[in-house]
Amino acid sequence: MPSTHDWIDSPLVVIEDMFAASQNSPNSGWEAKAVEFFKERLKEKDAHTWVPSLNDVPLHYLKPNSLVKFRCLIQDMFDPEFYMGVYETVDSSTKAKTLRCGKYKDVTECGVDFSSTNTVTAERQTFYCVPIPGENSWVKDSFAASSQARVIPSTSYVPSRQKRSYEEDEEMDDMDAQPQKQREPQSGPQSPSEHLGNNDSKRLETEAPSGSTVSSSHINLNFPLPGEKGPSCLVKVYENWDCFKLNDTLEVYGILSVSPALSALADEKEASSGVLDPTESMETAEEQRVHSPPASLVPRLHMLYAAPLQHNNPLLPVISSADDSAFLSSSLGEMASVRAELLSYFTHVLLGDALSAEYLILHLISTVYSRRDVLPLGKFTLNLSGCPTVSSYTERLYQIIQQLVPSSYYLGMSLQNMNHMQLVPKKDYVANRLVSGALQLAKNTSLFLDETKLEQGQLDTTGVRNVTALGNLISWQKVDYDFSYHQMEFPCNINVLIVSEARSLLPSDCQVHVHSQVVPSDMEEYLGSIHIHSQAFSQLNKLRIYLSVARLLDYSISEELTKAVEDDFVDMRKDDPQSISAEDLHRLLVVARLLSLSLGQTSLSRDMWLRAKDLEAQRTSRMEQHTCVNGNEP
Amino acid sequence: MSLNRHVFILNVHLINICDNEPCLQTVQPNEVDMSSPLMYGTPSSRIEGTPRSGVRGTPARQRPDLGSVRKAPQVDLQSEPSAADGGAASEANAGQRLVIWGTDVNVGICKEKFQRFLQRFIDPTSNEDENSGLDLNEPLYMQKLEEISVVGDPVLNVNCLHVQSFDAELYRQLISYPQEVIPTFDMAVNELFFERFPDSILEFQIQVRPYNALKTRNMRSLNPEDIDQLITISGMVIRTSQLIPEMQEAFFQCQVCAYSTRVEVDRGRIAEPAVCRNCNTTHGLTLVHNRSVFSDKQMIKVQESPEDMPAGQTPHTTVVYAHNDLVDKVQPGDRVNITGVYRAVPMRVNPRQSNVKAVYKTHIDAIHFRKTDEKRLHGVNEEAEQKLFTEDRVQTLKELAGKPDVYERLSSALAPSIYEHEDIKKGILLQLFGGTRKDFSQTGRGHFRADVNILLCGDPGTSKSQLLQYVYNLVPRGQYTSGKGSSAVGLTAYVMKDPETRQVVLQTGALVLSDNGICCIDEFDKMSDNTRSVLHEVMEQQTLSIAKAGIICQLNARTAVLAAANPVESQWNPKKTTIENIQLPHTLLSRFDLIFLMLDPQDEAYDRRLAHHLVSLYYQSEEQMEEEFLDMAVLRDYIAYARTYISPRLSEEASQTLIEAYVDMRKIGSGRGMVSAYPRQLESLIRLAEAHAKVRFSEKVENIDVEEAKRLHREALKQSATDPRTGFVDISILTTGMSLTARKRKEEVAQALKKMIQAKGKTPAMKYQQLLDDLRGQSETAITKELFDEALRALADEDYLTVTGKTVRLLA
Repeated sequence: MPSTHDWIDSPLVVIEDMFAASQNSPNSGWEAKAVEFFKERLKEKDAHTWVPSLNDVPLHYLKPNSLVKFRCLIQDMFDPEFYMGVYETVDSSTKAKTLRCGKYKDVTECGVDFSSTNTVTAERQTFYCVPIPGENSWVKDSFAASSQARVIPSTSYVPSRQKRSYEEDEEMDDMDAQPQKQREPQSGPQSPSEHLGNNDSKRLETEAPSGSTVSSSHINLNFPLPGEKGPSCLVKVYENWDCFKLNDTLEVYGILSVSPALSALADEKEASSGVLDPTESMETAEEQRVHSPPASLVPRLHMLYAAPLQHNNPLLPVISSADDSAFLSSSLGEMASVRAELLSYFTHVLLGDALSAEYLILHLISTVYSRRDVLPLGKFTLNLSGCPTVSSYTERLYQIIQQLVPSSYYLGMSLQNMNHMQLVPKKDYVANRLVSGALQLAKNTSLFLDETKLEQGQLDTTGVRNVTALGNLISWQKVDYDFSYHQMEFPCNINVLIVSEARSLLPSDCQVHVHSQVVPSDMEEYLGSIHIHSQAFSQLNKLRIYLSVARLLDYSISEELTKAVEDDFVDMRKDDPQSISAEDLHRLLVVARLLSLSLGQTSLSRDMWLRAKDLEAQRTSRMEQHTCVNGNEP
Repeated sequence: MSLNRHVFILNVHLINICDNEPCLQTVQPNEVDMSSPLMYGTPSSRIEGTPRSGVRGTPARQRPDLGSVRKAPQVDLQSEPSAADGGAASEANAGQRLVIWGTDVNVGICKEKFQRFLQRFIDPTSNEDENSGLDLNEPLYMQKLEEISVVGDPVLNVNCLHVQSFDAELYRQLISYPQEVIPTFDMAVNELFFERFPDSILEFQIQVRPYNALKTRNMRSLNPEDIDQLITISGMVIRTSQLIPEMQEAFFQCQVCAYSTRVEVDRGRIAEPAVCRNCNTTHGLTLVHNRSVFSDKQMIKVQESPEDMPAGQTPHTTVVYAHNDLVDKVQPGDRVNITGVYRAVPMRVNPRQSNVKAVYKTHIDAIHFRKTDEKRLHGVNEEAEQKLFTEDRVQTLKELAGKPDVYERLSSALAPSIYEHEDIKKGILLQLFGGTRKDFSQTGRGHFRADVNILLCGDPGTSKSQLLQYVYNLVPRGQYTSGKGSSAVGLTAYVMKDPETRQVVLQTGALVLSDNGICCIDEFDKMSDNTRSVLHEVMEQQTLSIAKAGIICQLNARTAVLAAANPVESQWNPKKTTIENIQLPHTLLSRFDLIFLMLDPQDEAYDRRLAHHLVSLYYQSEEQMEEEFLDMAVLRDYIAYARTYISPRLSEEASQTLIEAYVDMRKIGSGRGMVSAYPRQLESLIRLAEAHAKVRFSEKVENIDVEEAKRLHREALKQSATDPRTGFVDISILTTGMSLTARKRKEEVAQALKKMIQAKGKTPAMKYQQLLDDLRGQSETAITKELFDEALRALADEDYLTVTGKTVRLLA
């Protein structure tokens, strides 16, 4: 058996050994054993921290064909591909035939015997994965810091987040891979077959797009959010690919493949677009670029094992159901005190408004925990109205939230943004991929909609579509992806927080009007002070853990309390049928749930129910007040 | 014989190795191999000349769709000499079973079997549209051959299911070795054809195109085992390429002596003659393009249809190559069933390197296309696509249908998260099933609407939208739009220029897309009048007429409409009629079969049940809920099955009951001098009764169906058509927009006004305000301005007076 670190540095050796060993005993199920072997290894204490992560180690520091991990979101699923699972090679000099394993590899050895009867064709699936969109920098830093991976050229490597841009990386890799360096000048019109007439039509088809993209030379990595950085990856899945869904977040352990031959394939195409092989002509140049980008830019990862991520909070242990519950229950005790801290902090941030702060906490720990046919349960979209518009208050608020939640995204709802951004992912049939949009987010991402940025003006078609998409997201927690000939609905689980001056134009589960108790003379200074203010690192971490844990807790309502709640509802309606509708009861139940969880209680108590009712009463009375003051509020 | 044949066609670049020679472009490996035992016809028969009849005389057209009959590597072939000339050899050595190398196909036997199939196969129950006009009790395919001899289109489509039912072994061979078996079929059919019709002249020899292979139905289930097999998949065309000319035969001419020679493309490669056979010049031959032979080829991308996909995944795509006359048969957006051979070709990393990317490129060589949505535009055949149900499923569904409370069960399974509103759910359930389609076009009345339209109105926040969402998710052809967000164009159809081809294309909107389905329209009241007017036609005639950009057509929009509307005053005003509350034109309202109010019942027992229901939503686990209600999938299948296979007819008894019910309805009002039912209500009743019979899987509409239809209709009416002033149900509220009492009142005021004016004597013009004041002074009851206006309008209609601005003038 290989020594401790061999399985990280050269996992293929392990696999090949197993493959060779299995040849004598058919039906040995070596594939399952191989996967099992790596799973076992990773279970060992801290073993997973030794594996270098694509998220925080620049690609060119990673050893090809070594075991790496990647924390990612499945952005697109490509078509399944058939590959040579087992094939035979013939040595040209000795004519000796050798059986080889093609699994976990992109490129075969030389001298493949295509007519061998021992060839086994197998199927695998390719996922296009991107780093979790909107992942905040503290998460990335924290993950990087906990890594104990030995990266080979360690003398020059300082684990810092300041990575060089990818253009640089690409250049760098070009240097490394000398052979195809001269490809650029070659891509002139004097390709050898130029004067052949019969491929005119093909050239027509392929040349047009290549002209425009060669100049830009940068490949669109298709990140859901603009301005994202990080590697994207083609993950090859060998088994059970049906159990993965689009937008799942995973930690993939797999074998890194950056064979320059893969890039050569792509380069060759560009260099000689006129000489397209007819079998390849089933793909346009565009498609070719998307499906086989240079490996230096988009590495291939052959998945050995993938753990679905319950959360991406580095401060919590990786969840594996057994010890997970132990961890959660251990943290229950101090939740109340952390909550009090968080409440006072938020109260401060929200200009002394404790009620809004309460609701903000509830919002941040909400999650869609179940769906009843079309109805998502547990969502809690909050609309904070009455936010001061001065001195970028909303941006500051977002920065504070950003410090607390693992992933978030700020969307200023300016007309410009609404009319021009692509929020909904759309299928591009030319390139045969799903072009991502800002609403393709991982679960439990906080989406911060800033409606104070919205000015008067006209929404065009895109704008209307975007607003509709946001409305659908909030009401049904789903996004209808645009497949041009039809739409396809993908459920999601995104926490939407809307800040606005008056009631938002978007629907929301709950609207709270912020009543500022303190009116700081200099808002900028006030916010600046709380931002740094005493939130020491450990303090901050406590809050971060708190918010993630509260979301993971289980919750139940006892038989007895069900009865009490029902009675309560009937009584309330008896007094005044207008006072509470089914809708209100829905909200009240969610508030009670979140309130209990925020205090670390996993079942509803009478006390909590009353407190939830009280909160709601305060909120509605404030709304009425506000309506009276403003008069013409809807 | 080894069936494990993994022989891959090498796809070789003929990148030039000698620099002084023109490089030959590579071509797909799909040349018919002339040396194969399966080749027939003479290779030179392509040369022009008068077509002669007979097998030998008619040129064979190459079948790029099948590719070459793959030759095993030479060594292997020689080690197995038996295969060389299958058909003839097998007759010679009758004792020895000779088969094509790598398969278990014996050409002679196979041919014989297929000929027997063609001559004998009868399918009396056939209902395919291809077979219309044929005598079903005669051998089907012989009639088709006759057709070919008349029409001259040398293509014979063969339904694989027929082959299977006739000879399972032959079918297995066809599926497993299409490349060998289909040419054998071709041979068989041509022999048979020219034997029967020795004098007929065809442009080409007949080609057999099998379709409807059962092997695979879904793109997702394609796997390596399907390679080189005959498969049928369904999907949607998303992109088609331009036409790709593919060289079949290269023409070379010597530059020195002008000697010319032809070279066939062999597995993608052209063996370029190095030496001229005439003058022995080396490397003196050049390729002459315009004398080479090309065939047409087109790349088509097909995407999985949305119905076949598991939730949360993206659709798969597959590349399909169409050859020769199949090129341009399909357009992007078409739903098609494709029958073809599944291929895998290894990819090369670099033509100059010998290691290959360990991945195969896969595609399908199309043999047959069948559009599945073709008939929707013509409306000839209903339910073109039939959902396939397994025996087991049908059994479960039938069992379910046998239960006495199936109606209640299904209705409670509908949107279980929405509480109560039993009648509304029942109404929607009946809508999902729909009535029976009747065609009276022979007698000149055209189609009768079979779909039930439902309008839900009520207070905001009564989960109307949720119901709509549920229905939209339940039915396969559902569309969901919001009145606010849709324009008339979005609902109907619009004409668009395709950016690529500059072709004018008709793009269909929600209503047309939901043909045979349900169109859910939320915020119906917010719709612009213009948009609404479109619905008039759709909701009764069920067609859409379009006259735009030179395209004039009538599209089918046999959709049921499920609409939701909010009251104008945001809260339902019980003192007003439905019309007044939602402000929709009565012409539109009368087209709804059922109008339901979703109001807060404000009753304690209801509250309690509601509370219990809601709370349980929040604490029951997923599994617990599942147990209580029918699975959505079962419900969906149940509905699909009933819609496809059940078409109930009225029984004598039921018709009587219906007549009585209608007469009763009319009687109710007649006592007070008002009409309480119109034929439209009778039609509604019939539809509802039929739908209810469908729920029971009954082919006959019986009394219980009528009773339920009556009950539901009455319930809906009670809610929506009760005159708030009298408390009676008054259908005229919905049909004329006014309750009878209101109309009477209007008339009275008009008469009073007329009298008053007449009493004033000859004054040609009067002030509006003064007239109103006078009338108010005269009348005992309060007269509102609206009432006064209406009275004036009524008099204006009588041509008694005109109103201009603030002045009222008498006429003549």
